Amino acid sequence: MTEQGLLSLTGVCKSFPGCIANDNIDLDVAAGEIHALLGENGAGKSTLVKIIYGVLRPDQGNIRWQGKVTRIENPAQARSLGIGMVFQHFSLFEAMTTLENIALALPPEDPEALRARLEETASAYGLALQPDRHVYDLSMGERQRIEIVRCLLQNPQLLILDEPTSVLTPQETEILFETLRTLSQESRAILYISHKLEEVRALCDRATILRGGRRVDDCLPAQETTRSLAEKMIGKKIQQVSRQSPIDSGSSMLLAVSDLNVRSDLAHGVDLTDIRLEVRAGEVLGIAGIAGNGQIELMGALSGETGSPLAGSIRILGTDAIGLNPTARRSLGAVFVPEERIGHAAVADMTLVDNSYLTGDTRMKFSRRGLIDWPAVTRYTQNVVQDFDVRTTGVDALASSLSGGNLQKFIVGREILQEPSLLVVSQPTWGVDAGAAAAIHEEIQRLVSAGAAVLMISQDLDEIFLLSHRIAVISQGTLSAAMPIDEITPEDIGLLMGIRHEVQPEADHVTA
Amino acid sequence: MLRLEPRSTQSFAAAWLSPVMALVLTAITGGVIFLAMGKDPSTALYIYFVEPLTTTSGLSEVAVKAGPLILIGIGLSFGFRAGVWNIGAEGQYIAGAIAGGGLAVYFHDSESTLLLPAMLVLGTLGGMTWAAVPALLKTRFNANEILVSLMLVYVAELLLVHLVQGPWRNPQGWGFPGTRMFPDVAIMPLLFAGKRAHLGTLITLAIPFIAWFILARTRFGFTVRVFGSAPLAARHAGVHSHRMIWRSLLIGGGFAGLAGVIEATGTIGQLMPDISPGYGFTAIIVAFLGRLHPAGVLLAGIAIAVTYIGGEGAQISAGLPKAVTGLFQGIILFYLLAFDLFTRYRIIVSSRTTE
Repeated sequence: MTEQGLLSLTGVCKSFPGCIANDNIDLDVAAGEIHALLGENGAGKSTLVKIIYGVLRPDQGNIRWQGKVTRIENPAQARSLGIGMVFQHFSLFEAMTTLENIALALPPEDPEALRARLEETASAYGLALQPDRHVYDLSMGERQRIEIVRCLLQNPQLLILDEPTSVLTPQETEILFETLRTLSQESRAILYISHKLEEVRALCDRATILRGGRRVDDCLPAQETTRSLAEKMIGKKIQQVSRQSPIDSGSSMLLAVSDLNVRSDLAHGVDLTDIRLEVRAGEVLGIAGIAGNGQIELMGALSGETGSPLAGSIRILGTDAIGLNPTARRSLGAVFVPEERIGHAAVADMTLVDNSYLTGDTRMKFSRRGLIDWPAVTRYTQNVVQDFDVRTTGVDALASSLSGGNLQKFIVGREILQEPSLLVVSQPTWGVDAGAAAAIHEEIQRLVSAGAAVLMISQDLDEIFLLSHRIAVISQGTLSAAMPIDEITPEDIGLLMGIRHEVQPEADHVTA
Repeated sequence: MLRLEPRSTQSFAAAWLSPVMALVLTAITGGVIFLAMGKDPSTALYIYFVEPLTTTSGLSEVAVKAGPLILIGIGLSFGFRAGVWNIGAEGQYIAGAIAGGGLAVYFHDSESTLLLPAMLVLGTLGGMTWAAVPALLKTRFNANEILVSLMLVYVAELLLVHLVQGPWRNPQGWGFPGTRMFPDVAIMPLLFAGKRAHLGTLITLAIPFIAWFILARTRFGFTVRVFGSAPLAARHAGVHSHRMIWRSLLIGGGFAGLAGVIEATGTIGQLMPDISPGYGFTAIIVAFLGRLHPAGVLLAGIAIAVTYIGGEGAQISAGLPKAVTGLFQGIILFYLLAFDLFTRYRIIVSSRTTE
């Protein structure tokens, strides 16, 4: 790279109470470079970019911008220097239009002039935008384009993107990559934060890898495999999980849902329409889809946490489960792992023992006539911690004291040790480090080979393809037909993610 | 400069130290106020906080006052833990006194020993009935239980005034508002001759232990704890939110109603317009001062009772106004809330970040 260094960090340190988020980090980003910042959750990526964008100030260390030592006091100053950032969580007003949202972030200017600039910039980078549409109407990909265009209108030399593809379909991701490559050809630099290694290999020129707040390596992603990158990230060898053999179609039906219609009880929820699915013993049915397409509602309907559906039936191990609460469904043999760890699957300010009791009471018979047998719950919790390698100071540790990956191992372990016949799990490894994810995948597979059925809702296509026997796609509250794994590709899934699925007529439903 | 920083773990010491510090600072602030009023602070504080505990009759009075506060405070702490804000315990207390006391009014010449237990049961049911209204409106129409329960306090007060001036007025009472005196079988037996502490006092002091057992050892107690801190997790565990709202309001109302009828049968012996010196409201302070924990509520109830008795002593022997009692309770709550900050944050003394 002959370009002069655009941004150069030396010896940056930042600590928070109880942890050192950044420990003596060096980072160089050249103009025109797409630079990946890789690391597990908690490796210090977010802290580092917040320092660059002026949200946080470093405890120690220097920042050089275009060769000069610079103090970045706040995001406004960062923007005036030419640093733009697109956060993982968008900051858009849903009730306003695209144009209004962009105008809000910029110095006052004539709306028509801004509209012209907006359309010019959008078309120059292949970012299709409709200025007068309201944000609440837009897909996540479209919302992200607003954020990117908003940054580009300020003519940044460095654009920081935090996990930009986590909300995108494969097709939308491809469009984003085209835009980023165009920007790089204009010798703008891009700092790209991700833990999706395949993307980093496809897109990025260089990568800096962080682990535990330290910079552990710099590498050229094109010369690495996803596996070698992952091992650098977690600092140890990863066990390969092997796909299971296809299951016997004659095995018994453990979950059968037909023509399920549910009205969402969330403010911006998605209603479920005519959902039909079946999961047999020894099988994993993967449900792919972008967040916010009815996954939460589907989970709620299956676990019995939300009210009765408008229509349809849910049979758990052959028994009609409509109207049964989660406890009753657990006694039928089902267990559930919802997407939100804190506040839903577990209570943050309670101990692990309390949290075992939370869902284990029914199947493990921890209470007799309303009286809790705490020693039994404690023994059970110790087993979960041991069998699932949960790193904790003890079973009396608060759930909030565990890292995301360890808490997820605990939650999945707590359910699996109940020896369920049916596991319904949503985003099993969302935000979990690679080591914990591999462990969780292994446990799910072990459960399935022991003859249980698993319904797995996930946004992570790698995970879907790794574990599933059949795959269905949820989109706008409708579910596609499930396809065997060897008859479907990620591209097919990407296409199915964008459309509303019509109900496929079945023989017994055809009347004319 | 000073900075506040969130604690990474909750400090057990800070959680228990904060009420203690609140009490200490209340005493200091009280001393300053006494000084400003031209009283000797050390004497006034002694009368307030120490003297009630130095004599057996003082202790008996403290127990009598603490009883209803603890009983109501325990009941409320279930609801407050579950995030159900029953502010109307005062009304439920009065409703309990009316329901239980009414029985003694109708059977004023009874000699049955069953009368007193029946009154206690009826009083509890009366408080529950009063609390059932906000529960019904909350679960049916999502009406705010704070407003509904609070407004029902005034309904209960007016109902009591109407009854004791109208249909239930003592025919030999020279026109004073108040019912007949209850028959002897409807009066709580005294524990010690010459002291006011009675059987009901004993009942109320035993309640915290039962409450502790329920919270720590039963599935219901566990779900109360989960429901308040993580409603979604409670739903995940199969807790029905409407049932939880009903139960916590009925427990709060039932305990308040029981406190009301115990007060009527214990220390008063009749129904009259002012059967409560605001126990139902003060119990809210007691519940929070005690960190919604049964042992804490027990201690807080005693502490607040001391300020009541001390306030009476201060009126008599130091000539201080009655309002000082309310002032003290307000100051305690104020400091408690202020110190609560330190259970979740800690102060960092630092110079500004430099390069």
